Amino acid sequence: MEAREIVFDFLEGYDLLGAFWVTVKLTVYSALGSLIWGTLLAGMRVGPVPLMRGFGTAYVNIIRNIPLTVIIVFASLGLFQTLQVKLGGGGDFEVINFRLAVLALALYTAAFVCEALRSGINTVPTGQAEAARALGLSFTQVLRLVILPQAFRAVVNPLANVLIALTKNTTVAAAIGVVEAAYLMKDMIEAEAQLILISAVFAFGFICLTLPTGLLLGWVSKKVAVKR
Amino acid sequence: MTTSVLFDAQGPRAKQRNVLYTVVFVAALAAAAWWVFSSLAEKHQLDWVKWEPFFTSPQPWETYIWPGLQNTLKAAFFALLIALPLGALFGIGRLSDHRWMRMPSGVVVEFFRAIPVLILMITANAAYAEFTTLATEDRLLYAVVTGLVLYNASVLAEIVRAGILSLPRGQTDAAKAIGMRKGQTMRYVLLPQSVTAMLPAIVSQIVVIVKDTALGGAVLTFPELLASVRPMSANYGANTIACFTIIALIYMALNFALTSFASWLEGGRQARGSTPTSDPLLRCGGGGGRAPPPPPPATFAGHLTRASTVGCIRSVIPPRTTHVAALSPSSPSTSTTGAGGFPQWTR
Repeated sequence: MEAREIVFDFLEGYDLLGAFWVTVKLTVYSALGSLIWGTLLAGMRVGPVPLMRGFGTAYVNIIRNIPLTVIIVFASLGLFQTLQVKLGGGGDFEVINFRLAVLALALYTAAFVCEALRSGINTVPTGQAEAARALGLSFTQVLRLVILPQAFRAVVNPLANVLIALTKNTTVAAAIGVVEAAYLMKDMIEAEAQLILISAVFAFGFICLTLPTGLLLGWVSKKVAVKR
Repeated sequence: MTTSVLFDAQGPRAKQRNVLYTVVFVAALAAAAWWVFSSLAEKHQLDWVKWEPFFTSPQPWETYIWPGLQNTLKAAFFALLIALPLGALFGIGRLSDHRWMRMPSGVVVEFFRAIPVLILMITANAAYAEFTTLATEDRLLYAVVTGLVLYNASVLAEIVRAGILSLPRGQTDAAKAIGMRKGQTMRYVLLPQSVTAMLPAIVSQIVVIVKDTALGGAVLTFPELLASVRPMSANYGANTIACFTIIALIYMALNFALTSFASWLEGGRQARGSTPTSDPLLRCGGGGGRAPPPPPPATFAGHLTRASTVGCIRSVIPPRTTHVAALSPSSPSTSTTGAGGFPQWTR
């Protein structure tokens, strides 16, 4: 009891759980955003309209080749401070930066979601799409009713990997002053002496976030995999 | 018109509809572009004065961009140089027959893969500040490289492991049959073959390393390419947008070259692999005849097959169905982006 209090003394006065909660919120919001946008992109990339295919391809290639850090810092310096984009009125500095971080993370991650989905679409046997077309379904119906449901079940694992990468990528939001885990850690390291202990606590925190996600979704992917 | 299994060959009505979609999409894009340009113009970000320095004088390039790019490349280069052998070591360590070697390698690899690079960098920076007397400039470089090495070595370890596991069992059996020792099997039989299979994934990982150097600039004030934006825009009249555009283009050019190189390696390898005359021993990961992909590691979660293994396996798994090529829209152009429809891994 005594010893524990002394060892974890340095946590006093810091909102550790609050910071990790921000990390979780960043992850969840941008995961939802990127899932929607990424699915749309994947639809564009396999669709019949050449312009949309070109747009999807260009988007994915451009975003994948720019560092996330550049995108997030641009969201703050460029979008907010230069162009005064606030994404919905009001809000103080902190709230605006949070929204911008979510936007940047979602836009960035969508490129990877799109590619994961596309690889999933490739695992669906040709006969499925042919049968769907033989029934007279249109492209959107083929995609929505036949191909995507199967593709999603095939890519749970890749998407889990994207989600875990996203969880870790939320730390980049520290670069624009969103008080999430990495930001708090930097603060604490500057103020407190227990460097190794602080790092260990934060490393443990991230393992607690990523490990169950991986285990859970790994289990889900086995559960929902299309048996062929 | 590319033929696709997802939609029928288009008749007159479908063509009309597509034209309509195209027009609507163009309108949407144009509206977005108009919004961007008008708000840029409103904030005077399109004024020639703000862009002119990049085109008329070498000064911004010499003073800000080139030194920044040098630091980016330096950090990436050292990180790769150290992470590659380290990754190979741990990757092979995880395949060892000895428990005392397999376990620690596994723990180290899984641990550093589960932690954000930024956390590693911040820790490394603070540790160097506390326990060494390095000059600030060196310390930042060391910290960035250390963070990158710890993370990427563990990812590369998984690439190496998956590459070796992807070889058919017969290779090991044959090596044993002719009396090779374990080390010999690894050196003469397994590694040479799997290196070709790993190469595209390794090059893709270099892209990740290059991209991650930017973290050092944004959070640790390591003076790399991204960090040059602030002083540069301060010096040339708050031309933030212009600076970011230039910087982003440089990153893109750099990474695009690497990505293209990766997919060229992959394409070349597959082409070589599928020629009937090629030596079966050297046929690494080409079309048919592959062993099934290695089962995902049972340890620590399925997600640990992610990154690396995705990258590696993607080049090894034979397409499950034949319609990859048929389905892939505009196959020629997508193939240059690598991965033949498989995701390219990021951090």
